Amino acid sequence: MSILEVRELDVRHGLLQAVRGVSFSLGAGETVALVGANGAGKSTLLRTLAGAHRAAGGSVFFEGADVTRVPAYRRVGLGIGLVPEGRQLFLSLTVEENLRVAARPGYWTLERVLEAFPLLRERRRSRAVNLSGGERQATAIGRTLMANPRLLLLDEVSLGLAPVAVEGLYRSLRTVIEQGTTVLLVEQDLTRAMGTAQRVICMLEGRLVLEGRSGELTREQVTDAYFGLGRAAA
Amino acid sequence: MTWVNAVIQGILLGGLYALFACGLSLMFGVMRIINLAHGDLALLGTFMVLVVSEHVGLSPFAALVIVLPGAALAGYALQYAMFNRSLRAGELSPLLASFGLAIVIANVLLEVFSADTHSLSAGALTTASWRISGQISISALSALIFGVAVLVLVSLQLMLSRTQLGRMMRATADDAATAELVGINARRVYAVATAIALATAALAGTFFGMRSSFDPTLGPAQLIFAFEAVVIGGLGSLWGTLVGGIALGLAQTVGAQAFGAGWSIFCGHVLFLAVLAFRNQGIFAPREARA
Repeated sequence: MSILEVRELDVRHGLLQAVRGVSFSLGAGETVALVGANGAGKSTLLRTLAGAHRAAGGSVFFEGADVTRVPAYRRVGLGIGLVPEGRQLFLSLTVEENLRVAARPGYWTLERVLEAFPLLRERRRSRAVNLSGGERQATAIGRTLMANPRLLLLDEVSLGLAPVAVEGLYRSLRTVIEQGTTVLLVEQDLTRAMGTAQRVICMLEGRLVLEGRSGELTREQVTDAYFGLGRAAA
Repeated sequence: MTWVNAVIQGILLGGLYALFACGLSLMFGVMRIINLAHGDLALLGTFMVLVVSEHVGLSPFAALVIVLPGAALAGYALQYAMFNRSLRAGELSPLLASFGLAIVIANVLLEVFSADTHSLSAGALTTASWRISGQISISALSALIFGVAVLVLVSLQLMLSRTQLGRMMRATADDAATAELVGINARRVYAVATAIALATAALAGTFFGMRSSFDPTLGPAQLIFAFEAVVIGGLGSLWGTLVGGIALGLAQTVGAQAFGAGWSIFCGHVLFLAVLAFRNQGIFAPREARA
């Protein structure tokens, strides 16, 4: 049973077509990594799934319902949660307020988020503007979890973080995956992406160029698709 | 003793200015909209109370029970009909749209109610007062207005800092696009803010109409006093707005005491300009922009 189905999706930024005819589906409970070079359209695809960008063509089905024209704030209620790139926190709010403002009933409560991200507990009364990069990223993920999404979209969560902070984030992420949440994550670190996800999909210049199970793909195949070297075709 | 009286009257007057200003401050804090129609909308509320109390035969206080929810609904509708649309065209267009709205309201009021002066009777409260000493007396109406103003501003501040609606307003003020991504309907939050702003404006307008006579041309003057109170106190803080309103009221009454009644409003403007010149973030500027 697929939780998300994307059919022939086109997204434009003005004249630039960032996503071109992308189709794929995610099974419920699956963890999938979306890889590709900078500018391949990964962030745009994720933002379109969350409703932050309008699709120029194609459709998005979530749990069987067409959500292509549903505004972002209502998709959150349906169960789609995006952790945006660049950790766009509400800077004048405290960590706790950032978490509470997104709260919807479900498994994830303030207490459980603080348990999953222990570094936030002592910072809960600090304003987001005073947080370190890792703390901000943890707050951003926690904030999205507070809405109890069934589909979690993670955009470059490890970008710009110290290795130890990345390690901590992925450890917390395991708790999320264990809850049965479907996860689509954009990750630059190929080893980590293939280690975390059961399936990898690769984008190049707005198109989906490779899709396969992590165990069945070699690093080389993914790298070639990533840079569009076409060695696999030769 | 006349000086002490001037200070007391100034503080009480300042409460009314703060009440006028809090809606302006809220709309600016949440949406970055400077609503130039705020004074005229307040005056529209005054006239609505006048109509209801004259035609239904209610006291102005009872008329508020009908007019305040009406003003809130009107604010909600106004946000969707006008401000949400004009916000899409950039930050300046709501300013222009509100300027147009101010002109429309003032002229409609003039057309319907003529340029005659009107007044609202607060009944026995109008003349009741406490005589503290030979030269100091506190009017019951002024004290009531001040009390209500403080209550409204404190409640609004508590709503912003403690409730989910308040968190949603502050989150939307910080970053409306991201607010949508965490499930907040930013346009609805904006509409609620404008609904609150218009209800407080109508309340302030009604008190204004009980204190003094009014006619349809007075909207812009109320806007200026409200605007000065917001700027003196510091943009984006309701505590600041309360302090700013009181500072403006004090400058006017103490100025009048010092230089004569004709200098009252001038002294208020001088304080406003002095704050702009020497401390342009206001007396109570918050550390970060806060609603």
